[in-house]
Amino acid sequence: MNPPSLPGSTQSAEPPEREQSPWGPERRLPESTPAADAATTRAQEARVPVDLGRRKSLNGEKLFRWLTTGSGAAVLVIIVAIAVFLIAKAIPAIQGDKVNFLTEKTWQVPDRVFGVAALAFGTVYTAVIALIIAVPVALGIALCLSHYAHRTVATTLGFVIDLLAAVPSIVFGLWGREYLIDPVRDLSAWLHKYFGWIPIFGSDGPYGKSILLGSLVLAIMILPIITALSREVFQQTPKMNEEAALALGATKWEMIRTAVLPYGRPGLIAATILGLGRALGETIALAMTLGGTFVISWDVVEVGGNTIAANIANHFGEADDFGRGALIASGLVLFAITLVVNVTARVIIYRRREFRSAL
Amino acid sequence: MAKRIEAVGVTAYYGTFKAIEDITMTIEPRSVTALIGPSGCGKSTFLRSINRMHEVLPGARVEGRLTLDGNDIYERNVDVTAVRRNIGMVFQRPNPFPTMSIFDNVVAGLKLNGVRKKSLLDDAAEKALKSANLWDEVKNRLGKPGAGLSGGQQQRLCIARTIAVQPAVVLMDEPCSALDPISTGAIEDLIFELKNEYTIIIVTHNMQQAARVSDRTAFFSISQTGDPGRLIEHDVTSKIFTNPREKRTEDYITGRFG
Amino acid sequence: MTTISTPGIGTDLRGRRLPKWAPWAIAAGAAVLSYLAIYLGGLLDGGWVLTAVVAVLLYLVLLAAVATGVEGSRAARNRVATSLIYSAFVLALLPLLSVVYTLVSKGVSRIDADFFTHSMNGITAFDANGGAYHAMIGTLEQVGLAALISVPLGVAAAVYIVEYGRGKLATAIRFFVDVMTGIPSIIAGLFVLAFYVFGMYKFFNHGQGGYSGFAASLALVVLMLPTVTRSCEEMLRLVPDALREGSYALGIAKWKTVMRVVLPTALPGIVTGVMLAVARAAGETAPVLLVSGGFNSINFNPFSGNQSSLAIYIWDQAGAASQYAPARAWSAALTLVAFVLTLTIVAKLLARRSKLK
Repeated sequence: MNPPSLPGSTQSAEPPEREQSPWGPERRLPESTPAADAATTRAQEARVPVDLGRRKSLNGEKLFRWLTTGSGAAVLVIIVAIAVFLIAKAIPAIQGDKVNFLTEKTWQVPDRVFGVAALAFGTVYTAVIALIIAVPVALGIALCLSHYAHRTVATTLGFVIDLLAAVPSIVFGLWGREYLIDPVRDLSAWLHKYFGWIPIFGSDGPYGKSILLGSLVLAIMILPIITALSREVFQQTPKMNEEAALALGATKWEMIRTAVLPYGRPGLIAATILGLGRALGETIALAMTLGGTFVISWDVVEVGGNTIAANIANHFGEADDFGRGALIASGLVLFAITLVVNVTARVIIYRRREFRSAL
Repeated sequence: MAKRIEAVGVTAYYGTFKAIEDITMTIEPRSVTALIGPSGCGKSTFLRSINRMHEVLPGARVEGRLTLDGNDIYERNVDVTAVRRNIGMVFQRPNPFPTMSIFDNVVAGLKLNGVRKKSLLDDAAEKALKSANLWDEVKNRLGKPGAGLSGGQQQRLCIARTIAVQPAVVLMDEPCSALDPISTGAIEDLIFELKNEYTIIIVTHNMQQAARVSDRTAFFSISQTGDPGRLIEHDVTSKIFTNPREKRTEDYITGRFG
Repeated sequence: MTTISTPGIGTDLRGRRLPKWAPWAIAAGAAVLSYLAIYLGGLLDGGWVLTAVVAVLLYLVLLAAVATGVEGSRAARNRVATSLIYSAFVLALLPLLSVVYTLVSKGVSRIDADFFTHSMNGITAFDANGGAYHAMIGTLEQVGLAALISVPLGVAAAVYIVEYGRGKLATAIRFFVDVMTGIPSIIAGLFVLAFYVFGMYKFFNHGQGGYSGFAASLALVVLMLPTVTRSCEEMLRLVPDALREGSYALGIAKWKTVMRVVLPTALPGIVTGVMLAVARAAGETAPVLLVSGGFNSINFNPFSGNQSSLAIYIWDQAGAASQYAPARAWSAALTLVAFVLTLTIVAKLLARRSKLK
């Protein structure tokens, strides 16, 4: 049985193959490796859907284009929606206010007497002090990482500083309230004792949650952000300009001043303004470390200080519908302030496009 | 003003990599010396070790003895900034400070050295720009950014910036490689004039340029990749190009190698 | 030769240099002086912090004086600037190290099984136990939903900006994406409060407004969208044009090129950007506080009813009148930071490995 069936089976298998590919012999003429066959087959298969798919892919193209354009436009829609909804909710509250919302300092919503003056002042004041503390230090660290420290050290520490930028603000707030408050209390007393003649250290106590504490926490929070941006900008200084300065006989510091700082100035300004934007909008850390008063005072050591965002977080829980409207109205003011700051920063950055990747 | 440079057994490293080994040569004042050789043979490294720019790179160091009119520039209590002030450098790509005006670029070195008086700076800038054959082209726009000039003008600006501090030696690291032929011609003319006052050492890949501008030529080479570059031959330019002592020099000059 | 006299430019190579040990000697001297005057002498009330500060200031002044005398003013300025730059570095590290130390030392006390498996349901001010299980669920659900919405939207917007965007609309979108990154998080919270919690949500809830985890997700979307778009945009720009052209040359439609060639090439970078955005969102407190309501018990459903999150949990416990609450707050903070930093580190390592960057 076996010997006759073997040739029979091969015979029966071969003819259909020849039938399926009548031009098979010609095709095999050049080279008949299996890989080449497979490639040709694939090419032939691929050929068919191209013709069919053309019309289909035109539709797909259109759909895809609309989808992506729509997603892009969603950003604009959201920005507009934020403004519209905040304004819509704020109007009834401002209309129900018995005093001028922009100039009133206190926040007595049940009496319909409330205003954003002290809060807006506190927001800007706290943020500016934080910047004054953070920017020089950030500048120093950025230069240290970009031009002074050994490269492996700089890479590692740069990584750590990037990580610190990711630590949630509530953690900084918790640290400020539970830990930093004691040293700051001592510092306040010391500052008042020896520098009390300067009005900002005028308060004779008690000390505790103050603008000084809030600004310090805030400064520590924005430090990694400003550092990361400035370092990136400084690292982009063309090596050839640094070498040109050195070849003229500049000391390292003179090289930094001649080549690095002028080149990085726009980026540094942008980083500072972005840091300011972040500081203005910071909520939770300040809600935990500021005293929450409603006065306009330059004194940084007295218990007090407040910001628009911190006030929203602190008073949101007890607010009724009207109270929420009032808080939203204050949020609208904050939105306007940060918008101005951010647009300014972006305009500066857009003038020097090469810095955009750093931000 | 121009000074003699002597190198004795100069060896330079990048970290553990030895880039040049045992270079010994004397460079006479008021002359142009061209350093030629295939890529990676250490010409630029040697050039950069003459004004201690080599050590700017992390891990780079130099051994041996380099003297400027007999004063060892690698001696322990030598001030690096003084070395670089006395041995100026022009780089491969024109590198004027992008944030400074033409005028500020020229006087940048003087300002670093504490010259503040406006009249002194004005005089120095005019003199340096005239020496660099650039004065007539820029005298009416000294306050404009240096980056607005053409490549050749920028390079001459950089030369003006270098000679404004009145160095003894000017090092040039392929100063024409980024320039068009006309600008190159202008720079070459300038080099010819400058050698009356300065000792000039120029690294170039262009052998015609070496033949045109230099009095003496030094040929550097490596035996194989990874080996340090060595000085093969240093002689009067005409001799190097017509009748070199070494076979390797001849091969390189005639284009059979490198 | 006519040379103009340029004062200050010497041709002498040798400058007088301070010996290597001099700065150390000055530092030691400043430390001793400060110790004697401030710490022992009690000048300005003493204390070790003041001693250290005065020592550093003394060091800078003495160094400047000595260096000016020996090396000249330029070298002195260089030395002082270098010292200042390094001190800025140390100065900044101190509080940051303190945050990390405090977080870990106070946070480990409640890192136990109970903390990860129980909610605060039925926990009174006198109970030491209680956990953050419900908060962790909230954080994961809210951030997950936010990512589900913002990632496709953000990637599509980035594709528009890089591949399709021309003219004014594209410029406007790019500009406002950048501006949107600077919107304070509390504003996002207020917006969702007005738009969803006391707006849209009424349609699903018989005309009643209400807090929910999903509202928190929406607020996080507002915050994540620009971040995702920006990082994705950066990555798409890094994809070489040669790849696109190679695909077009094969007759492949643009949208298929984007989907099959451009996006896969940029994928590692996009994933990094998304993870960083998620990490940032997970730590957000203010907007979530406003719209999710906070809750002591487990609520698995993000679409209805109050929900907690780790950040709110920390806020609540930090403000709670119980001697056991601070420990819970710190442990939750440690958990949150561990989660956020793990995401960030993985994302950054991924970015280093990616070929494009």
